[in-house]
Amino acid sequence: MNEMSEKPRMPDECGVPDPFQYMHPVMVKNYGNWDYHDRPRVGVLHHVSKSGDEIWTVRAGTQRQMDVYTIRLLCDIGDNFADGHVRFTTRSNIEYMVDDESKVEPLIEELGKHGFPVGGTGASVSMISHTQGWLHCDIPGTDASGVVKGLMDMLHSEFVQEKMPNRLRITTSCCQINCGGQGDIAVNVQYTQPPKINHDLVANVCERPAVVARCPVAAIRPAMVDGKPSLEIDEKKCVCCGACYPPCPPMQINSDESTKIAIWVGGKHSNARSKPTFHKLVVAGLPNNAPHWPEVTAVVKKIVEAYKKDAKHWERMGEWIERIGWKRFFEMTDLAFTKHHIDTWTGARKTMNQSAHVHF
Amino acid sequence: MKDEVTKNGVNPTPMLDQLEDGPWPSFVTGLKRLRDSEGKEYAPIMNDLLGQLNHSYENRKGFWKGGTLSVFGYGGGIIPRFSEVAEQFPASKEFHTLRVMPPAGNHYTTDILRKMCDVWERHGSGLIAFHGQSGDIMFQGCTSDKAQVAFDELNEMGFDLGGAGPALRTAMSCVGHARCEQSCFDGVKAHRGIINRLLDEMHRPAMPYKFKFKFSGCGNDCVNAIHRADFAVIGTWRDDIKINQEKVKEHIAEKGRKYTIDTVVSMCPTRAISLHDDDTMEIDNASCVRCMHCINVMTKALSPGDDRGASVMIGGKRSLKVGDLMGTMIKPFIKLETDEDFEALEDFAEECMEFFADNALEHERIGECIDRIGVPAFLEAMNIEADPNMVNHPRTSSYVRTDDFQEESAKYFERKAAEAGLVVDQ
Repeated sequence: MNEMSEKPRMPDECGVPDPFQYMHPVMVKNYGNWDYHDRPRVGVLHHVSKSGDEIWTVRAGTQRQMDVYTIRLLCDIGDNFADGHVRFTTRSNIEYMVDDESKVEPLIEELGKHGFPVGGTGASVSMISHTQGWLHCDIPGTDASGVVKGLMDMLHSEFVQEKMPNRLRITTSCCQINCGGQGDIAVNVQYTQPPKINHDLVANVCERPAVVARCPVAAIRPAMVDGKPSLEIDEKKCVCCGACYPPCPPMQINSDESTKIAIWVGGKHSNARSKPTFHKLVVAGLPNNAPHWPEVTAVVKKIVEAYKKDAKHWERMGEWIERIGWKRFFEMTDLAFTKHHIDTWTGARKTMNQSAHVHF
Repeated sequence: MKDEVTKNGVNPTPMLDQLEDGPWPSFVTGLKRLRDSEGKEYAPIMNDLLGQLNHSYENRKGFWKGGTLSVFGYGGGIIPRFSEVAEQFPASKEFHTLRVMPPAGNHYTTDILRKMCDVWERHGSGLIAFHGQSGDIMFQGCTSDKAQVAFDELNEMGFDLGGAGPALRTAMSCVGHARCEQSCFDGVKAHRGIINRLLDEMHRPAMPYKFKFKFSGCGNDCVNAIHRADFAVIGTWRDDIKINQEKVKEHIAEKGRKYTIDTVVSMCPTRAISLHDDDTMEIDNASCVRCMHCINVMTKALSPGDDRGASVMIGGKRSLKVGDLMGTMIKPFIKLETDEDFEALEDFAEECMEFFADNALEHERIGECIDRIGVPAFLEAMNIEADPNMVNHPRTSSYVRTDDFQEESAKYFERKAAEAGLVVDQ
């Protein structure tokens, strides 16, 4: 109790840390002065500065959710086989920078010895950008790390080689908020039933006007249920998006049966060649089948194989489909095209084929 | 038997056990290492965490709920998690996350990573994610009474909490100038300049909803700024692409003429590239849109020009509530060279945040707010003139009042003349 009465420590609101204190000295020295790069082999980048300095980067996959033992192991590798400086990519790969080419092969060997796959560069399938899932999120429909583990086990060989037409970026998300983001392939939860409301709790837990305002299709309205103030849903209007669930947990959107998985393709954030795009729905209604999600993995495999076989070098997933047409995409992947693929949201007409262009 | 505790007190995890096979590094194996750490305070916590996670796998449902938790001086940055199945798994009944901002560009020494591990072994569960989707280091799994001391130690090391809730969020920047010749502006300077100036909005959430910044050094947009940031800064340049004709010839000699035509010339989105008969290359720079494709393919022969800076796109976000919005071009080019240039960018960022705070409805992102009021109203509020680079094409709808069209046109010509150093005759 004495501690409680002590004056609390004032925080130092230091903000975003200065990275130069952690950066590899060759990178500090050549900051903003790089000339070109090439890739001597998969998983290795070689950058050459205008000063003549060179740096080699070895990229390896991690499980993202790391225990301190794994992090310390990665640090040991960094101290013994690299220069003690690392960084993480946006897809949670670790990168070791070394100033001498002779350090590259022993480093790769050591990473391999401990099961860290070296790759994820160029025209490969890199690590999946993903979310928290059942491990830590308060609203998840599925797990994240588990789905990713299953998919990356299947795609391991595509991580450690550069044999795709262009880079293939996969994301997963555990609810329709889609924290995993856009991807060439996105594996996302798609709810299929309106929320089930626990009317005993709504009045105490939920700020009802805020919940009503949160619904994108105005399907929620205040109601008295069994004499208690609660909310009700127009189930014909409800699009089962789950937006009401975070502000009002008694509106349970998840269930073991109705929480399904959907797969989307053709998202791209790069401006290279075509403008950035959003991913588009190709399959919904896949079961949320832990721990291996085999139905999801099977569909992803089909899409990856069709893309790998048919796309031209440098075409991203969406650009490949743009060229071959959606008709051939659905044929090549042996997937069904249904009325649910036709957009109904704001701007839907602009997603329709407003031309006489037809693929046969 | 499902979820039954075995005799030695270890929760069985038959579902998770299946995720230890296969070639990809297993997060389950890591969690078990923490569970099996003898004498560590977090071992029983991780035992019950694994039990709860397996319970989720069995029941296909999550069992965490939110709450309120903060450290002294802050209104956000910690994600509280309380278990809904704490009776079954009591040791992990509190499993909170500290969101901590990484150094811009995600650079670390092994030394600082080890120190972070030590802090999280002493006060947390030993589970850390590099990084969350907003860009934070996620120190996952501490009890309510340990949050303050864990923060204090991380703070002493020079690290600060990131954003959560209706606030400025943690930003991300690509590797940029540190290791990439394609980087068109100093991402570290822009990232730290903006976030550290607006830090108050991160630590004491008082915005209508979240606001995110992301910084990519070029149009390849490695941190996915255009989709995921309310304010995306993406590097570009105004002058000509730099061509090293000798390297062009070397590339063609190595890769082949047809390959170069198929993958570079034919894939240029604005048909701006010609290959001469002597294997030299010509680029129509006025038609080039700085997409980066040819530079990506011919990394030694082609590079961005010298007159570098960035574009700013505003309003990117994912589905909630009106549907996906892509960031759209608001500032086609801002020079980013001098301290004054960076200050001007920071000023603009602050103005956008102020506009957002003043005009957005609760739980509305800036992109949705702009959609509601119309881009012209936003431009007027920001004192930005309309620019053809902002649109795919001019409007197709005639439902617009144009009684001041001639005056607006005159202003346009005056601006163009002023840019060219001339004065228009009245």
